[in-house]
Parts: sequence; C-alpha cells; structure tokens
Amino acid sequence: MDNYLQGQIFTTSASLVDSVDRKLLVVLRDGRKLIGVLRSFDQFANLVLQDTIERIYVGDAYGDIPRGIFIIRGENVVLLGEIDLDKEDEVPLRQRPVEEILSAQREEMEARQKREKLRNKLLHDQGFSVDFTETDLY
Amino acid sequence: MTLIGQQVTVELKNDLAITGILVSVDQFLNIKLDDIHVVEEQKYPHMMAVKNCFIRGSVVRYVKLPASAVDTALLQDAARREAQQPTVPAPR
Repeated sequence: MDNYLQGQIFTTSASLVDSVDRKLLVVLRDGRKLIGVLRSFDQFANLVLQDTIERIYVGDAYGDIPRGIFIIRGENVVLLGEIDLDKEDEVPLRQRPVEEILSAQREEMEARQKREKLRNKLLHDQGFSVDFTETDLY
Repeated sequence: MTLIGQQVTVELKNDLAITGILVSVDQFLNIKLDDIHVVEEQKYPHMMAVKNCFIRGSVVRYVKLPASAVDTALLQDAARREAQQPTVPAPR
C-alpha cells in the first residue's frame, strides 16, 4: 500500500503489486468467477492467474471446476477481490459436486429464459419493443 | 482535498453496489476499496469472503460520495475560474 503513497501518482501497476502472489477472486464481464493466485499484471489489468478454479454459484451452493493457468485480457475484468482466508471458512454456503451444480445452473438458466420469454411476450402484446437482452451489461 | 479514507459506494454496470473505504483512484477511474460490503449481499454470494477489492474503471456506473466530504463551494470556485480562462494551457 505504500507504493503509491510515497509521492507517486496512483497507477494500476502500483495498486496491484500488493496483490501479487495472493489468492484472488476475479469476476469477469460474462459473470464467471475465477479464483486463483495472481502472478502478474500490467497497466490494462491484464492478469496472469495460476492454479485457477472456476466457481459456479447457484442459490446457496457452489461448485468448483479446476481450470489451470489463465492470461486474462484486462477488458474482461470487472473486479478483483482479495479473499479473507478467515472469513472464507465462515461463508454459509455448501459445496456440491460439479455435475450437480452444472445441472442446477442449467435449470436456473432455463427458468430465467422461460420467465423472460413470457415477460417479453406480454410486453410485445402491449406494443413495447423487446429487443433488449441482458447478455452483456457493460 | 481528498476523498481517500472516506466511505464511498461504487455501483457497477452489472448493478452490483459495493460500499467500502476508498484507498485509491487512478486516471482510468480504477478504484481500490478496503473493508468492503456488498449492498445486496444475498444476491451476490461470491463477494462474502472478499475483504478488499480493485474495480476496473470501465465497469463503474456511479460513485456515491458522502455529501459531508465534498466542499461544493470550492468546486464551484474552481469551475468558475476554469470557465474564465480563455484557453486551457496544454499539458507539458
């Protein structure tokens, strides 16, 4: 944290240097959550993550998929969070096998699509334009 | 005048709103927050174990500042002074 307080202006590079070699949660623009160890970065927030897992959340459950090493292009990054290793154990979520989570995720997605389809139909019947989809909010 | 050390709420373009102590901001509006909590925690369970975060400037929609920490008179004076200048001097 002292890196940008000693007379230097704040830059991306100065700010992330403290997070190197730490376990981080990275949220991507497509909604995926990656957890891994930050090994390198640059001024665009391009990142290198090692020993990465993708964590999928559905309701109060989650599942992990091992993914390996990532180079993430900065434009796809929404936020990076440092994980509090003490808090991590207190989180009231339960871990489920990947297959179970993936099917739960699929069900959730299908339910949402169904809901949206119905809503769009109702709006369309009343004369509203319904060409907006919430796929990329950024 | 600085807002570093104040509690701010950053709302992202995906509607996630994070409150925390402002640690730093850069020219891209990249923001670092400490001691964070998410406004609708139930909706975003992945943020529960996160204590501090770096937010990429390009995904920020709003930054809500504490009104008491903003000196509006000073800002208005600065804006008027800038408006009075015929041209803005080029950065060196």
